[in-house]
Amino acid sequence: MTKKTNWLATILIALGSLFILFPLYMTVSIALKNPEEMAASIFSLPTGLHFSNFKRAIEATNFFQALGNSFVITAVSVVFILLTNSLVSYAIARNMNRKFFKGLYLYFISAMFIPFQIIMLPVVKVTTDLGMNNIPGLILLYIVYGLPFNVFVYVGYIRSIPIELEEAATVDGTSTWGTFWRIIFPLLAPISATVVILSCLSTWNDFLLPLILLADPTQYTLPLVQYVFQGQFSTDYNLAFASYLLALLPMVIVYLFLQKWIISGITQGAVKA
Amino acid sequence: MTKRRTAFYWMTLPALVLFFAFHTYPALQGIFYAFTNWDGFSKSYDFIGLKNFINVFKDSNVLDSYIFTFKYAITATILINVLSLLIALGLNAKIKAKNFFRAFYFLPNVLGVLIIGYIFNYLFSNAFPILGEKLGSDFLSINLLGKPDWAWVGVVIVGVWQAIAYNTILYLAGLQTIPADLYEASSLDGASKWKEFWKITFPMLASFFTINMVLAMKGGLMVFDQIVALTGGGPGTATRSIALLIYQGGFTGGEFAYQSANAVIYFIVIVAISLFQIKVLQRRELDQL
Repeated sequence: MTKKTNWLATILIALGSLFILFPLYMTVSIALKNPEEMAASIFSLPTGLHFSNFKRAIEATNFFQALGNSFVITAVSVVFILLTNSLVSYAIARNMNRKFFKGLYLYFISAMFIPFQIIMLPVVKVTTDLGMNNIPGLILLYIVYGLPFNVFVYVGYIRSIPIELEEAATVDGTSTWGTFWRIIFPLLAPISATVVILSCLSTWNDFLLPLILLADPTQYTLPLVQYVFQGQFSTDYNLAFASYLLALLPMVIVYLFLQKWIISGITQGAVKA
Repeated sequence: MTKRRTAFYWMTLPALVLFFAFHTYPALQGIFYAFTNWDGFSKSYDFIGLKNFINVFKDSNVLDSYIFTFKYAITATILINVLSLLIALGLNAKIKAKNFFRAFYFLPNVLGVLIIGYIFNYLFSNAFPILGEKLGSDFLSINLLGKPDWAWVGVVIVGVWQAIAYNTILYLAGLQTIPADLYEASSLDGASKWKEFWKITFPMLASFFTINMVLAMKGGLMVFDQIVALTGGGPGTATRSIALLIYQGGFTGGEFAYQSANAVIYFIVIVAISLFQIKVLQRRELDQL
């Protein structure tokens, strides 16, 4: 298989990538410019690096508070999704011959078809009544709402793991819980990677649930803060873009370091599911 | 053995209770309120039977939001699938800097939809018109988002720009599952590239095509974030999606019960379309095997 480089494809792919690059270039360059440079040309590279935009954006939007909120919400949600959703799936996958578990499986899976909009209005009422319209409440909802998709993915994977391993452990007197944590959970690592990546991205970037749920402005997440401050940014584009860039940057940095792992995790999820 | 059995119940019970409390119960409540006239904050409400549903069907705001949402979802689904399949083919070919391009094409997927929407909002209103003037293109010179007839195209562009990343990765995963010897056999027969694609590549991607079509369509029908950032539903109500209408009417318009009825209909529509898509596409998969 020593074929020659396909130059036509290389050129087309390179040209196509310009469409992705352009908005990103504009974001970075506007975030670094000052109004005089903008007036000269909005497309040109910045002549100096105006980090003052970032300083202003950090102060205006209380960036570090929003960053902290987003980080806590995402980290805690993802850890609990990983630990609980896999456990639930294990119990379901190993008891599919029993009515209760089979029914539970179908119950979770069919919930994937239910659009969030039908839940959206009442859930705000339910969570407000329970005093849960805050960060802990939001985290709980992410963990619970992750179930349908994650059970679907995990159950498929667990059923491909031979049951003999667990039977040996049971004979040795290991409890069901011990069997899961010591034998099954480590074996789930490849599919857990997929679940972690997908939940991490969707939680971090989610806008709708924090929008309708969070009552206290000090608990706002990064995307929500951009929405709230739109009015204040007004036509100060340098400030607005510095703020957007700051909000996008954490995930971009994570992606730069883990891109191989992230892409292979998502690819694997697609092939297995 | 009974101990083992109880353990399995304990593993699932909390999840079942929480899922019912925060997903199924609110959904049932939504259906319940759809038959009332509750505005969302009053102390009392009355049952009004099917009145909300009848009014939803007569409401031109609802009809307009359905027309916009479907126009958006269908256009975006087709564009996303065609473009991401082409990109996946390109990324799967023998190209230079393959790993770099793969990583780069996936980048939009990690960026927040809302923020990307704000960035494009600026590009449409300030950057593209200047480019259009320079290039002498009338089409680029107008702010797409400001024109009632064209704003939906702007929303499609942003939706497609972002969604291509994820679908490309799925198609790329699919392409890598196709055994190379299938192609070797066909190249011996002197099959053209075009024929090779339709005879081998596309049929082998059938299940990935199904997943991508269903995902893109579902994403399109639920469109919300981009619209908030790009147009807020405007100009006028030209780009108000169903999700945005339910949000606006339900939370700020005092139409809790009315929009609940709208949401019930929306739910039925989404289920019907998903089942239809899966059925049709799976039959196609079987035909090609």
